[in-house]
Amino acid sequence: MTAEEWQIVWFTAWVSALSTVIILPFGLALAWVLARRDWPGKSIVETFVTLPLVMPPVATGLILLKLFGRRGALGGFLHDQLHLDVIFTWRAVLLALSVMSMPLLVRAARVAFEEVNPRLEQIARTLGAGGLRVFFTVTLPLAARGVIGGMLLAFARALGEFGATIMVAGNIPGKTSTLSLAIFENVQLGDDPRAFRLLGVSVILAFTAVWCSEFFLRRKKP
Amino acid sequence: MNFKLIKVLFVGAALIVSASLYATEVTVFAAASLTDSLKEIAAAYQKESGDKIIFNFAASSTLARQIEEGGPADIFFSADEAQMNRLEKKGLIDPATRKSRLGNSLVVVVPGDSTLQIKSASDLTNAGIQQIALADPRAVPAGVYAKGWLTRQQLWPAVEPKVVPTENVRAALAAVASGNVELGVVYKTDAAISKNVKVAYEVPRADAPDISYPMALVKGSPQPEAAKKFLDYLSSEEAGQVFTRFGFLLRE
Repeated sequence: MTAEEWQIVWFTAWVSALSTVIILPFGLALAWVLARRDWPGKSIVETFVTLPLVMPPVATGLILLKLFGRRGALGGFLHDQLHLDVIFTWRAVLLALSVMSMPLLVRAARVAFEEVNPRLEQIARTLGAGGLRVFFTVTLPLAARGVIGGMLLAFARALGEFGATIMVAGNIPGKTSTLSLAIFENVQLGDDPRAFRLLGVSVILAFTAVWCSEFFLRRKKP
Repeated sequence: MNFKLIKVLFVGAALIVSASLYATEVTVFAAASLTDSLKEIAAAYQKESGDKIIFNFAASSTLARQIEEGGPADIFFSADEAQMNRLEKKGLIDPATRKSRLGNSLVVVVPGDSTLQIKSASDLTNAGIQQIALADPRAVPAGVYAKGWLTRQQLWPAVEPKVVPTENVRAALAAVASGNVELGVVYKTDAAISKNVKVAYEVPRADAPDISYPMALVKGSPQPEAAKKFLDYLSSEEAGQVFTRFGFLLRE
């Protein structure tokens, strides 16, 4: 493994972890609302949340590219007002990974919240706890296994993201090159040994993340 | 579904499959920069000969790699000699049929509404230019040529950190057209087909490496006869006129 290869590994792991942390507050809020509230049109929201999981990643990438490009609605604003470019920078990698891994976190956390007995929350309320306090002292601790499992799944998904990333971030060595992009590129260039080394690392990383998430998501034996 | 409908569908599908077995199909793996000109040439050729031409357009480096891995090509039309040499060395093309057919040149393109002025190669190092789209300079011919040009001008070390490498030359063109990079280096022929970019600087041919497009028959071609015929047609005057109209230079 060369220094350049390690850089790719660290960048991938770091940006995947960061995306998991960033989506956590949004993902948990969304999961809680879906688990505990009912409103007309809820199924539409549910479908939208799941969409990045089933749509072609490249299609999701195209939407992000159009939104965050310098001529896009959001990208144009960021470029003109804040002199911040997203496309073809590491921020684009972060964006793609966050969007693509969000559904996994939301789905796992939602199931975890649904499994928490609402009676326990009600009891906490009758004892005088406010909504937020109930969430942080009762709901979240009881759902912790599912939430952590979901985070690990989201992290694992982010590690392997390819389609959306290549659309919005390109494959710039040392800047936006992630494990999957680098593997693809090295196969294209004919550098199989290097591709295999990176393949080995991604297998180890993915195996560890999924194995840990299985541990957390497995139901406790009665 | 009713049974009759299934029967009709089945017979229909069988007819389509058998019809396609009779038409001769020639598969051409060609450099991305040849996309528009070759499609036009093939349309005329198909009418004339009845043979069907199927294309796989990508970076020549990607195509060479695919042929190495057993990609089903009859003809390889590369944007540089290096990729063709690579296949010839491995005995994957028929050297007797190899011919350097076309020449091209490089241009610097900017988005259509850009106000950037490029007077010389050294303007690429200006601080205002942060991202430069190039076909991947490590392998894709258009990028290799661009790197060769900038290396000769002793500008490559200054330009390299700004490079956004793309999968092929058309992707570099698209990155410029979308306005997501300040400029790009592509072939003159690519710049001519996009309405959303303008040429800011034409690289003098003497400053850059010689750009040469060789073509050859791939060994083990499933359709050698028909492929040879189309290869000859690509050398014809009719085809030459189309290439010239798209801005290519004719070599042989």
